Amino acid sequence: MHKVGIIDYGAGNIGSIQNMIHRLGGESYIVQDKQSLLDADKLILPGVGNFDHGMQMLMEKNFVEPLRTFIYSKQRPLLGICLGAQLLTKKSEEGQVAGLGFFDAEVLHFSKLENPENIRIPHMGWNFIRYEQENQLLAQLPEQPRFYFVHSYFLQTKVTSEILCTANYKTPFAAGLKKDYVWAVQFHPEKSHKYGMRLFENFLNL
Amino acid sequence: MIRLIPILLLKGKGLVKTTAFRNSVYVGDPINAVRIFNEKEVDELVLCDIEASIQHREPNYNWIKDIVSECFMPVGYGGGVRNIDQIRKIFDLGVEKVILNTASFDFNLVSQAASIYGNQSIVGCIDAKKSIFGSYNVYTKSGTVKHRIKPEELAKQLVSAGVGEIIIQSIDKEGSMMGFDLALTMAVSHAVNVPVVASGGAGSFTHFSEVLNKGKASSVAAGSFFVFKGKHKAVLINYPSSTEIANLKILK
Repeated sequence: MHKVGIIDYGAGNIGSIQNMIHRLGGESYIVQDKQSLLDADKLILPGVGNFDHGMQMLMEKNFVEPLRTFIYSKQRPLLGICLGAQLLTKKSEEGQVAGLGFFDAEVLHFSKLENPENIRIPHMGWNFIRYEQENQLLAQLPEQPRFYFVHSYFLQTKVTSEILCTANYKTPFAAGLKKDYVWAVQFHPEKSHKYGMRLFENFLNL
Repeated sequence: MIRLIPILLLKGKGLVKTTAFRNSVYVGDPINAVRIFNEKEVDELVLCDIEASIQHREPNYNWIKDIVSECFMPVGYGGGVRNIDQIRKIFDLGVEKVILNTASFDFNLVSQAASIYGNQSIVGCIDAKKSIFGSYNVYTKSGTVKHRIKPEELAKQLVSAGVGEIIIQSIDKEGSMMGFDLALTMAVSHAVNVPVVASGGAGSFTHFSEVLNKGKASSVAAGSFFVFKGKHKAVLINYPSSTEIANLKILK
């Protein structure tokens, strides 16, 4: 059985991810230091909250360099969720601190769209995703997969080949990115019933 | 993007249902209820400990943990939350949203919590009651303490302090199954640009449709509607399909 490490940097909802992996019969542990991060077969970078706060917590816990090592040298699977997905980009309108920069992408606020007065922010609730490419992470999902979203900022990239799936909130946006061994999803699979369970099962089976 | 949210009221070790915040009736075991709601792919759940604030006690963390470990949908928790340390503990259990009601006048707490956990994680729940003069007052501590502020005014202040969502609950309509307070919902919905969840009074699909279309609510919450069936109010947990929910906004 693969060891799935869930990174605890004080800005993530770890409990619900553990619950879901446990329900699927998988094993996970909480990553609280550099060594346990590098020991993982797979990593999950969760996260809710503010972009700068998230990056600062990653830096404070000395997770930034080991994360780079894990992604670039070890080439093992990593899944970023919500803020964890956003932190994998270069930067966010939410703050000044640079992101991990794994994806050539940035994070924009929904109010920057046209006609922002017609839009309630955050984008909160269930939404359908559209596949932009075939991928193991999204394999065998039930028909019309829907996931739970809650975010005020969204992922934007010009590198269309890295867009895994999209969703629509007044405008289409990247709901998931994928490059090498790294997946980033804006929605919360850990809170998305059977759809999320399937996604985690796929991640466990990678 | 409409969410239909069952509110589960916790009292002692059981799940109860009240009417106008009184007369709580035991309706079952919360964990069992959550399992059924999982099966039915419920949009979201709200857990509310209706005794914590009036008893001046901490949230019951072990109890919340047991329930939340069965929740594969987003969960909000409210009841007895007064400080940032409690908020941290609740998020650590796997809860997505902390709901503030009695503490909603503590704008410093709201700001602090929102800056750490993000606006979307902090919900302001406003309980309101119509006075004999037809105006609305805000109540806290499970409807026992009255505040001289209009619900829409408090909603604005909460949003500027950092909440990402407002639940507007009519105490008069709660448990009545006679329909939402449309005027109250509309006043709050017009005042803010975050999602507004209407609560109190749902008894039918038409009621949901009314409060979404006329009351301008973004989403709806209910208690009795999801746990009672028929005129004799037999306990039966039920939840509509996602297609039925999506169609609510266009029903007339």
